[in-house]
Amino acid sequence: MQPPSATPALRAFQDGFAQALIAPDARARVTPELAALRDQPGFAVYRNTVMKGCIDALQANYPAVERLVGAQWLRAAAALYVRAELPSHPTLFDYGAGFAQFLRTFAPAAELPYLAGVARLDRFWTEAHIARDEPPLPPAALAQQDLEQAVLQPHAAARWAWFDELPIFTIWQRNRDATFDHNAAPEIVWRGEGALITRPGGAVQSVGLDAGGCALLDACAAGRSLADAAQAALSANARVDLAQLMATLLNAGAFADLQRDANE
Amino acid sequence: MTTTLYAGLSLKPEYYEEANACSADGLWFEVHPENYMVAGGPRLAWLETIRARHPISLHGVALSLAADADPDASHLQRLAQLVERFEPTLVSEHLAWSTWRGAYHPDLLPFPRTTQALIRIAANIGRAQDILRRPIAIENPSHYLHIEGHEFGEIEFLTELARRTGCSLLLDVNNVYVSANNMGFDAQSYLAAFPAALITEIHLAGHTADPALGAALLIDSHDAPVDAAVWALYESVIARIGPRPTLIERDGNLPAFGELLSERERANSTLTVPALLAA
Repeated sequence: MQPPSATPALRAFQDGFAQALIAPDARARVTPELAALRDQPGFAVYRNTVMKGCIDALQANYPAVERLVGAQWLRAAAALYVRAELPSHPTLFDYGAGFAQFLRTFAPAAELPYLAGVARLDRFWTEAHIARDEPPLPPAALAQQDLEQAVLQPHAAARWAWFDELPIFTIWQRNRDATFDHNAAPEIVWRGEGALITRPGGAVQSVGLDAGGCALLDACAAGRSLADAAQAALSANARVDLAQLMATLLNAGAFADLQRDANE
Repeated sequence: MTTTLYAGLSLKPEYYEEANACSADGLWFEVHPENYMVAGGPRLAWLETIRARHPISLHGVALSLAADADPDASHLQRLAQLVERFEPTLVSEHLAWSTWRGAYHPDLLPFPRTTQALIRIAANIGRAQDILRRPIAIENPSHYLHIEGHEFGEIEFLTELARRTGCSLLLDVNNVYVSANNMGFDAQSYLAAFPAALITEIHLAGHTADPALGAALLIDSHDAPVDAAVWALYESVIARIGPRPTLIERDGNLPAFGELLSERERANSTLTVPALLAA
């Protein structure tokens, strides 16, 4: 059975309804048919359900941001984000890929320069959580082989970033964990930090990384050999301890399968 | 369908441990497949664990069958992968739309029940059933708006969809109660006219009164126990049509798992007592 090629009545209904759901101005001019719907008390049920569903999802997906700014602030910011960018698909656990970028230019967040970075790590956590399954490269694999020219692929769940000026990883970690006792914690040292988020077993985990570690992973992701990647790590941080760094990365499950020849 | 299902529970991540450990006779679980449309990771592993011990039902909320557009091909493909992997006993969706021109609106949105809509929705259901390679059940939604231009009553529309596509119907008794209240029709008469032979599943859930308008506008909120009036309607439906797999839905304000099990037990006794008497 084929639907009619053009079905404007239903299409027009859905165009108008969808627009009225999100329009911030309830008095915006619409067709008389749509006004008859929008002006019924029941229309607010749909409007509220749609907004609440999206805002709840952002609140659930950005828990460290919420802990820093409070639920009320987060939900107010989220409402603006929703109006600008509705979910593009129904998997709401994945909604808000652009929220960190939104916060970066969100005027009320200007006094919290670390907020966008923290949002980025919340997003990394989500991406790591839902990434495809694959076995990580076991730490022992490295010792057995000559890896100079090997290309180590980052694991499907691995996400990393270096933050030049701010201790984003420490701030994120302390606020991602709802039970963290801020009073008992040492003072935050205000300097640049990197983070690596992985899912080596069933659970997402995180570890701090220096600029060298992030540069090494960037080079691996770009398909460069381990020798090149090590050079990149040294360029980013001349004092990097490569043996220690590789142990950290392997223990975190940062790599997947091993390809032997980087020149192919 | 080879398994006889009595009463089941909607499964939230908060209940994974208890749900998995629960050995209540005949217990089954229903999930929203959208929450498991992931490439990998612990969500799928959890569902595998549950599935190893209990039958499951996939209850979609986002196929947007009533949109004047083809169902999203990638969404349908991902749903088909879940159906293949988890072999659900039941698969269902809603008589509603939610995705429109690339944007997902997380709700079950209404439309005028016209001939044009009937043709489009029948085509969309047919497409979904072709990809899933099985019939699905279509649920009656809750209503909050008086819409001009309906050419069909809801039961007539659902029955015609079933005739054209071979789909079955999921009767949500709470939605009938809420809609009857909001739209001003008689729930008993609606339920008496609902075609028994097409019903493959029943839903029960709680509702709440609108904060501003009170009982004049009931909201299908799934965040409260099943209301006494809905239980009464349900019991009369089962007395008329006989037992059907029945789900206690709960999505918000989650109680202790034991409270849900008690509601599930009440539905189970409604389903099994007449069967025992007849035996």
